[in-house]
Amino acid sequence: MARTTVLLLAGAAMLATAGCAKKRPEVLPPGPGQTQPQDTGPAPDNSYGQIRPGSPEDFRRSVTSDTIHFALDQYDVDPEARAILDTQAQWLSKFPNVRITIEGHCDERGTREYNLGLGDRRANAAKNYLAARGVSPTRITTISYGKERPVALGSDEASWAQNRRAVTIVLN
Amino acid sequence: MKTFVALTIALAAAAVPAWAQDVPDAPLQPQAAQTGQQSGLHADVTDTSGNDMVIAIPAMPTPEAATTAAGATDALGRQIADIVSADLRNTGLFKTLAPGQTPGVAMSEVSVPNYVSWSGMNAQALIQGYVRANGNGTLTVGCYLYDVALQSELVRQGFVVTPAEWRRAAHKCADVVYARLTGEGPYFDSRVVYVAETGPKNARRKQLAIMDQDGANHRFLTNGQSIVLTPRFAPNQQSIVYMSFQNERPAIYVYDLGSGRQRLLVSNASLNFAPRFSPDGRWVLFSMAVSGNTDVYRVSSAGGSPQRLTTSPGIDTGGSYSPDGSQIVFESDRGGSQQIYVMSADGSNQRRISFGGGRYATPVWSPRGDLIAFTKMGGGAFRIGVMSPSGGDEHLLTDSWGDEGPSWSPNGRVLLFFRSAQGSGRPDLWSIDLTGQATRKIPTPLDGSDPSWGPLRP
Repeated sequence: MARTTVLLLAGAAMLATAGCAKKRPEVLPPGPGQTQPQDTGPAPDNSYGQIRPGSPEDFRRSVTSDTIHFALDQYDVDPEARAILDTQAQWLSKFPNVRITIEGHCDERGTREYNLGLGDRRANAAKNYLAARGVSPTRITTISYGKERPVALGSDEASWAQNRRAVTIVLN
Repeated sequence: MKTFVALTIALAAAAVPAWAQDVPDAPLQPQAAQTGQQSGLHADVTDTSGNDMVIAIPAMPTPEAATTAAGATDALGRQIADIVSADLRNTGLFKTLAPGQTPGVAMSEVSVPNYVSWSGMNAQALIQGYVRANGNGTLTVGCYLYDVALQSELVRQGFVVTPAEWRRAAHKCADVVYARLTGEGPYFDSRVVYVAETGPKNARRKQLAIMDQDGANHRFLTNGQSIVLTPRFAPNQQSIVYMSFQNERPAIYVYDLGSGRQRLLVSNASLNFAPRFSPDGRWVLFSMAVSGNTDVYRVSSAGGSPQRLTTSPGIDTGGSYSPDGSQIVFESDRGGSQQIYVMSADGSNQRRISFGGGRYATPVWSPRGDLIAFTKMGGGAFRIGVMSPSGGDEHLLTDSWGDEGPSWSPNGRVLLFFRSAQGSGRPDLWSIDLTGQATRKIPTPLDGSDPSWGPLRP
């Protein structure tokens, strides 16, 4: 099932970038984890099988998670989320030229417009925490997808908990 | 019969100037006034207890069978009668005897109905008409409403249309009949923009689409490469304001229906969303999120610098003007949960109006000014409801897992909204009458969300 999802999303990403074929698909929603296409471009020069330090792959391998979660209707960064963001801040401090974008997402049990605002709050909560941990805010952009891009597909508490999230994406 | 001929000749003559301009949205030409004001026939829009008025709508004959760009005039006569029948039946106020259930009518009968025969079919009202191809390529559709019991004519109008807009003549005919029988404003000759959806739940492909109020003349406006949300009609119906994630930059665009071009209206480093035109079309209300704080702004519909209208630290969004433009209804969670607030158009005098328990969202002011429609969340349900602008008389119309985003019909009697299915999340468009009756799914080629019902066409 996970494989099917990846394929579908890769297909969707290709569709979405059909008008600008050179655009890298990894900046498209939904966030990483199950969604990162495996073919994110040519392999690094002469380093097949290795991960380039400072790359999105390096980030995802180095941090506890690229995703933090939020309670229902909340946007405060809880202790578990702080621990995750700490590992992100640590990695970002090693690569001061790397820029990131943070996506804010919501579950489906809110209205469309409000959820765009709530997703923005969540992305900014993560941004503010990283900034407090020494990551320059000028390196961080935010975007809210509201309830438009869930990762869990059910209409149940467990799915909604997964979908209330902020995802850090390394740009390159 | 002599009167009839004179009328139709006058119609053909009057039609010529309007079509010489070849304007797509040129006004239809209503001809002749309503007649016979005395009638006991009345459909009460607030009474859906089942005393439906029976209206017979036989196929409309043609004085001379002719082939047009829209098809043969005799075939059109039947199709138009079917559309009039469907419009009226969908209100939930009428039982219609459609062309398939009625005998045919000769051209000579159109203005001289066989009342005895219709009375024998228990018809209380009768709609007759005709379709004629004019020498200049246009069509004239005559539309007559009769009170069968009183044997009197209530409405006599003619509409001149291009073949491409033949369905509009049917909607105009249904509109004059509806207005005459209910005393309410017309609404059938109108269009809807919405978001057509397809694809898996975690990667929905969303396109702007436009269609007639009854689902006909459906057309996609965008290709689905970017997420698009919340399209809203301009009052002059020439354009649509909406939000798009084009280039991963959430921004507000205006789509021009005439040219098919889109222009950026608001774009900056912040998240901009929830746009809606003012009733005079000069302004667009929208929401801007800056550093996690969302407020309501307005910007000239020509573009320029936005003006901030709210300053609370909460999420303020979903602004909608009162029909006179003097007030704005919006939602805010400044008090802890989403509630509905009203303010003056300049942002002053902000006050909460929803106090019914639960969360309230997506308020929209009725074009009549008397009600505000909203989404209410609570108890595991998303429901559509209405309340007065002062917050009283709350009335919930639907009860569902996922109803959201009401939009008013041009006459303020009907609401469109979208209903999402639990699990799949797939949405469909629905309509409901203000009485909470006549709930109806609107047919769309794909799934549908975020409907915006446009004004009555001129």
